[in-house]
Amino acid sequence: MTHTYLWLIVIIIGILTFALRFSFIFLLGKIQLPLLMQRALRLVPATVIPALIFPAFFYQNDTLKVSLGNERLLAGIFAALIAWRTQNALLTIVFGMIALWILQAINLKD
Amino acid sequence: MSQPRTEFIQGFQATLPFLFGVLPFGMISGVAAFEIGLSPSLAMGMSLIMFAGTAQLATVQLINVAAPVLVIILTALVINLRFLMYSASIAPHLQHLSVKWKGLIAYLLTDQAYAVSIAYFQPQNQHQHWFLLGAEIAIALTWHIGTALGIFLGAKIPSNLSFDFIIPLAFMTLVFPAIKDRPTAIAALCAGFTALITINLPFNLGLIIAALVGIIVGLFFEANQ
Repeated sequence: MTHTYLWLIVIIIGILTFALRFSFIFLLGKIQLPLLMQRALRLVPATVIPALIFPAFFYQNDTLKVSLGNERLLAGIFAALIAWRTQNALLTIVFGMIALWILQAINLKD
Repeated sequence: MSQPRTEFIQGFQATLPFLFGVLPFGMISGVAAFEIGLSPSLAMGMSLIMFAGTAQLATVQLINVAAPVLVIILTALVINLRFLMYSASIAPHLQHLSVKWKGLIAYLLTDQAYAVSIAYFQPQNQHQHWFLLGAEIAIALTWHIGTALGIFLGAKIPSNLSFDFIIPLAFMTLVFPAIKDRPTAIAALCAGFTALITINLPFNLGLIIAALVGIIVGLFFEANQ
């Protein structure tokens, strides 16, 4: 594939992605959304974020691993407690990463 | 009375925890593009033009295996479908803005900027679009600097310290404010567990389906309280 084609692909994807981002931001106000859609949209943050991050905790090397051997799962549960109690992202990250590294070190020793 | 400047700074600061994850992710995107032979300008161009990490990585992988052009474009599009949801969700807060503002904010919209802003937005705050812009600029700067660093450093970045784990950790703090009652909690759990099942679907459709399942379940429980 020549470089010109690659640039074209990237530009097309860029334009289409911008269209997705701009869609409702541009059209809202010109279009009235039905009530059901409004209620559905309010649920977007609560559903998209878990959908984005659950696999990161439950999967290791592309395999589902729900066990005490999954350091990311354990570190994730620990981090979830911190996130819930402190609502502080920096603390969550710091303690989550430390927990992960400690658990990985423990697992390496076996 | 909030000021545009304070809103902007607050938005910028709200993304600080995420930046620790965005920078390495940007570097990975830069390195990946560079390693399959894309020119530095094209590698940088991907970040500037597409501005979407997951889609960029998928595109690089598909280019590398010489996938058909239509598959590449369609895959990136489906991966980025979540932006349609973000757009719909955040649009009501931006209705009063000029088209130029809307265009700029739309161009810079990312998962993190959306998530911190939707958690922050409230009805009466008239300058809160500056918060969103602050968040977006923070992410954008970090992303592009990361990409450039990745391209510049080539393959010399250590990838074994699990720094990618930072990204889901940073998102975690944004889940809890979004869960306001039982229906949202149930919706969140449904979406999360569905995502585990749908993970192997092509084009990252799993994410959209998981979110939809969560939304449908949430709507059901809302209506039947």
